[in-house]
Amino acid sequence: MTVHNLYIFDRNGTCLHYSEWNRKKQAGISKEEEFKLMYGMLFSIRSFVSKMSPLDMKDGFVAYQTSRYKLHYYETPTGMKIIMNTDLGVPSCRDVLHQIYSTLYVEYIVRNPLCVLGEPLQSELFTSRLDSFVRALPFFSVRAA
Amino acid sequence: MAIFSVYVVNKAGGLIYQYDNYVPRAEAEKTFSFPLDLVLKVHDEKVVVSFGQRDGIRGIKFIVLADPRQSGIDGLLRKIYEIYSDFALKNPFYSLEMPIRCELFDQNLKSSLEIAEKAGTFGPGS
Repeated sequence: MTVHNLYIFDRNGTCLHYSEWNRKKQAGISKEEEFKLMYGMLFSIRSFVSKMSPLDMKDGFVAYQTSRYKLHYYETPTGMKIIMNTDLGVPSCRDVLHQIYSTLYVEYIVRNPLCVLGEPLQSELFTSRLDSFVRALPFFSVRAA
Repeated sequence: MAIFSVYVVNKAGGLIYQYDNYVPRAEAEKTFSFPLDLVLKVHDEKVVVSFGQRDGIRGIKFIVLADPRQSGIDGLLRKIYEIYSDFALKNPFYSLEMPIRCELFDQNLKSSLEIAEKAGTFGPGS
């Protein structure tokens, strides 16, 4: 069980942060294009999911799964989007992503007067805390299953 | 109503079959908790002839909207594909990529949905 990578987007589509732990295969396109692709895909999927829903929706789009990986999605009311790709054994990650937002992003970025919101995150403290947080997760192991 | 809808999309992206199975809920049922996530799976079918030659690639997609607690959706998708190949593809009056208007396809689809609904819908404990 492992975490492959993590993206953080703001509400304008700017990728604020990206880290990788266990990615075997690259996308074949530049990082910029990959971020745009990811953001555009999520925008379309969220709209699709809400239109196709036969019932009232509580949370909207939460995750998708393929035969090799699972993508977990969490969006805050302010439009911050946190995306984590894990392998298939991982159950719902929403509380983990919410924790990343509340204990890491809010604490180390929003409360930091030197961090400019809307730009890619420069804070080393944030990066290292995020890294140790993810490595401490119960479903993280260095070797992918 | 554990399985809400079935859609079949052809290679060009056109909808060739749709079956809806949900009843608008009565007011009294609004107090129940709604399913949190939508289980949405897309199954992409391609037919590839060997010797490296691609003959008749058919990018048919089957989409099933179901309750997250419903299990056996993979098997259901495979079953729908079987029904599609048995009653649509083998039907001499059906042309590929066209809307599916075959009675037997409808009937068999409905009965396999009923079977899946009865067999599935497990709680998290199963």
